[in-house]
Amino acid sequence: MLIKKTVALLTSLKLTVTLLAFSIVLVFIGTIAQADEGLYGAQAHYFKQWIVVGANFFGHKVPLLLPGGYLLGVLLVVNLICAHIYRFEFTTKKLGIQLAHAGVILLLVGQLATDLLSREMLMQFTEGETRNYSESATDYELIFINGTEVTAIPAKLLKPGDELNLSSLPFTVRVKNYWKNSDLSFRAPMMRSAPPVVSNGVALDFDFTNAPEVKSSEQKNVPSAVIELAVGKTPLGGWVASDWSGDAALIANVQQGYLQQVGAEMAHNIATRLAAPQTVEVAGKKFTFLLRPLRIYHSFSLALVKATHTVYPGTDIPKDFRSRVQVQNPQAGENREVEISMNHPLRYGGYTFYQYQMGAGEMFERAGQTPFSVLSVVRNPSWLTPYVGCAMVGLGLAIQFLFHLVKFVSKPKAK
Amino acid sequence: MKKFLQKWTPPLLMFLMALWFFGKIQPPPEKDFAFTEFGRLPVVFNGRVKPLDSIARNALLQLREKQTLNLEPWKAWNEKPKIISATEWLANVMMNSAVADGWPVFRADNPDLISLLKLPEKGAQSDGKHYSWNQIATNNEAFERENVRVQKIAATDRTAYENAVAKMHERLGLYAQLKNTVQPEGATDWAAELNAFEKLIPDAVAAAKAQQAGEKFDEQKFNQFAGYISAFQYMSRMEPPLVLPPAGATHDWRRVGDALLEAPRGGTVDDFTRDYAKMSSALVTDNSDDFNAALHDLQSKLTTAQQPAIAKARAEQFFNQMEPFYNAMVIYVLAGLLAIFSWFNLSETLRRSSVWLIWLALGIHTVGLVYRMVLEGRPPVTNLYSSAIFIGWGACVLGLILEKFHKNGIGAVVASGIGFITLIIAHHLALEGDTMEMMRAVLDTNFWLATHVVAVTVGYASTFVAGFLALIYILRGFFTRTLDAATGKSLARMIYGIVCFATLFSFVGTVLGGIWADQSWGRFWGWDPKENGALIIVLWNALILHLRWGGIIRERGLVVCAIGGNIVTAWSWFGVNMLGIGLHSYGFTDAAFKWLVFFVVSQLAFIALGSLPGKFWKSFSART
Repeated sequence: MLIKKTVALLTSLKLTVTLLAFSIVLVFIGTIAQADEGLYGAQAHYFKQWIVVGANFFGHKVPLLLPGGYLLGVLLVVNLICAHIYRFEFTTKKLGIQLAHAGVILLLVGQLATDLLSREMLMQFTEGETRNYSESATDYELIFINGTEVTAIPAKLLKPGDELNLSSLPFTVRVKNYWKNSDLSFRAPMMRSAPPVVSNGVALDFDFTNAPEVKSSEQKNVPSAVIELAVGKTPLGGWVASDWSGDAALIANVQQGYLQQVGAEMAHNIATRLAAPQTVEVAGKKFTFLLRPLRIYHSFSLALVKATHTVYPGTDIPKDFRSRVQVQNPQAGENREVEISMNHPLRYGGYTFYQYQMGAGEMFERAGQTPFSVLSVVRNPSWLTPYVGCAMVGLGLAIQFLFHLVKFVSKPKAK
Repeated sequence: MKKFLQKWTPPLLMFLMALWFFGKIQPPPEKDFAFTEFGRLPVVFNGRVKPLDSIARNALLQLREKQTLNLEPWKAWNEKPKIISATEWLANVMMNSAVADGWPVFRADNPDLISLLKLPEKGAQSDGKHYSWNQIATNNEAFERENVRVQKIAATDRTAYENAVAKMHERLGLYAQLKNTVQPEGATDWAAELNAFEKLIPDAVAAAKAQQAGEKFDEQKFNQFAGYISAFQYMSRMEPPLVLPPAGATHDWRRVGDALLEAPRGGTVDDFTRDYAKMSSALVTDNSDDFNAALHDLQSKLTTAQQPAIAKARAEQFFNQMEPFYNAMVIYVLAGLLAIFSWFNLSETLRRSSVWLIWLALGIHTVGLVYRMVLEGRPPVTNLYSSAIFIGWGACVLGLILEKFHKNGIGAVVASGIGFITLIIAHHLALEGDTMEMMRAVLDTNFWLATHVVAVTVGYASTFVAGFLALIYILRGFFTRTLDAATGKSLARMIYGIVCFATLFSFVGTVLGGIWADQSWGRFWGWDPKENGALIIVLWNALILHLRWGGIIRERGLVVCAIGGNIVTAWSWFGVNMLGIGLHSYGFTDAAFKWLVFFVVSQLAFIALGSLPGKFWKSFSART
């Protein structure tokens, strides 16, 4: 009895309709909420979620309880599969509908797989540079380098108050603070009103402060960690490890920012101090450490040959972004040049490289800067599913529609 | 005789309207100044080659929301106010600003703005809405102070008054840009001044060199020259249209200001600059022969290398003159009225007349659509404006197909109704500026514009058609007795068929959009507002179909749900752009937002009406 009821429920059209209605509400609310929470915030809150608690509606908090995107997706898939199995009959009349629904299942499952399996990274280089790794846009790691030995601590583990003991490091890392986003300002010699946060390295010249996390997809969080190293009970001192000192583009920005205020020479000096590597020596071993985006190394490398950014004459409307890149893969004996532009990505070695951002063009070169390009690097093993799913649904609906059309056209004539 | 009339009235009506249209295509004859010919000159503005005529019309649309200029707006239409063409106005702004600055070209509706600028109220020499540059510029200080304040406020947080200030600022900026196109603004005898400048070059260059070397130099000439240079620098900074055509490999299209700044290096002034200067002085002295001769000289200097630009400019000028969408709109209105009347007196002649007129309007609409595509070298939909044109076109085709099979005047009303409404929307979207703007890098792909965008837009069009049919059902059923059981059933069948069609196209279009996104950004689905808007349309249509298949809704439920389709489509088409977030945001327009709210509320009212029990419906109570 219960089984019968469950089957009836899972295969019912009423469930489908209810799920569709909830989906519409969820998508609508999740769209509006983007104005308050940003694209990624809204995705996490509404779509990549099982149960949604509370929502933002044009700056107002609305108390509500809704099934999230994951729950709706899974229920729809279950509903569809059950209905398929239960009511499956192979007739030409139903062929289109069957095909379309199988396509929808594939699309839903494919999207879930993409959510779970795909990785999005960035590859950033100036003309002439070669990269054999991609960097995460959101995740960071604290790195200790001793010669060729590299120890990486993911930023996720950097919780204030924690003590980290790693076998590859002859010292303890104590996390004083970790800021997901931070500001910095130069500690000008005349204007030091307070002592530095910690007494070593880059923190002597710069004040690092916690900053609110940014939500828009166009802005970037710049994390900083305040750490203390110690051997046993004896502290070696405190440092600030920050992405501010690791990212060449950020350093260039800081330099540019101080240019007006203090002149070219001093601005250059400030940039050099910010970029200066920080080291610690323990038991005769010298460790350089920094906080930088998480890296994925590739078995091949890309070199940026030329970055081009053209605009329409007499305007600043971008006409074309284009990176000429050299693919170097010694194992395969490959060494060729390719062009990556908007709408023309490079698929290579299981990754896809898209043109993402660019600093190039006339204005840029006139300012005397070396052109750079940022590629978005995506690894998505299920990238083919939407193509197949779409073809199936499109074909299925077309068959079904033609079926109706023929009926629709022939009926009035019969009258 | 009656039969004869019945047979020939529809084609005759169509023929008359066609004559009316062809009469409107003819450019007005050139009286003395060849302004129409002047309007055909190719220039570059907003990154593309276009005729001066387009700049003139677009500028007038932006300044006063019309394509012509009424010099005496305080006169009623029967008092014959003097109306001049866009090109005549532009020629005067560019070359005779002493006169043009006195013409009432800036529209101001906001009472607070009008009082801030101390503008005259409606009276003998003012209509209380249109004001001249001179009238506005006299109170520049107060305006600038307000503008500085307003510019710091985010566009979405501005009040109506603050919006009006920002808009006026934009309008003044555009006007100032145009004033600096061919000569420094305010030059009264530009040909003579240009000659003087050219003569001055050798001495001034010598003086400048001496000054740099620290030797004695001719201070008077040096200062005179510096005055010129700073005026030219100002021209260049205003970024006006690029009117000087390219010369081989030496340079691309140039602004007059830039060319004049280069002039001292070569020692001479560009020939085209000189011709424009001659036209300018002729216009100021009201000498049409000299003006036309200088224009002719300039045209004869355009070489074969500029042939494509000339051809494009001429073609676009003809297109502007034709105004296909405006004219089609007028015919749609007429056709729609005829079809509605045919419901009541059941006149087959009226219905057929309406259908013939719709064919004419659709023909003109199609010509306009294809002409635009050829001019741009693009698929039909490239921006919000062209989406309105295309939705209207698609809906009209669907409506005619429905009419072909049902012959009950309903398809005709749908075709003409949606045709008219979408062209009105397009007309208002055109007020934002150039409708054939260049495509940003990521959109620069004809393949995806032709597949994804067209499929999604057909999805919009068909969802609107279903919704419009539903409105007809409710209007006729609730307020009249004309909705008999057969008509009701046939309407519901039409709605169902169209919803199926809409589901197919909106689904395919949405997924193609995902595939495009996967090709250019590496993610198939990113929950961007516009993507979500399209998804909601797909889900809504799927929901309607499943409700119908499950027997949860029947005829009237289907009708009510189809009206919901209007809301979700309007939301996806305009609403999401107003959120000001995401990859598809085109900017926020206050007026459009009001209309969207009005539309949604009206549709909700119809849903409420449609849900009332049958005893309140005139048609249903008439049936029993």
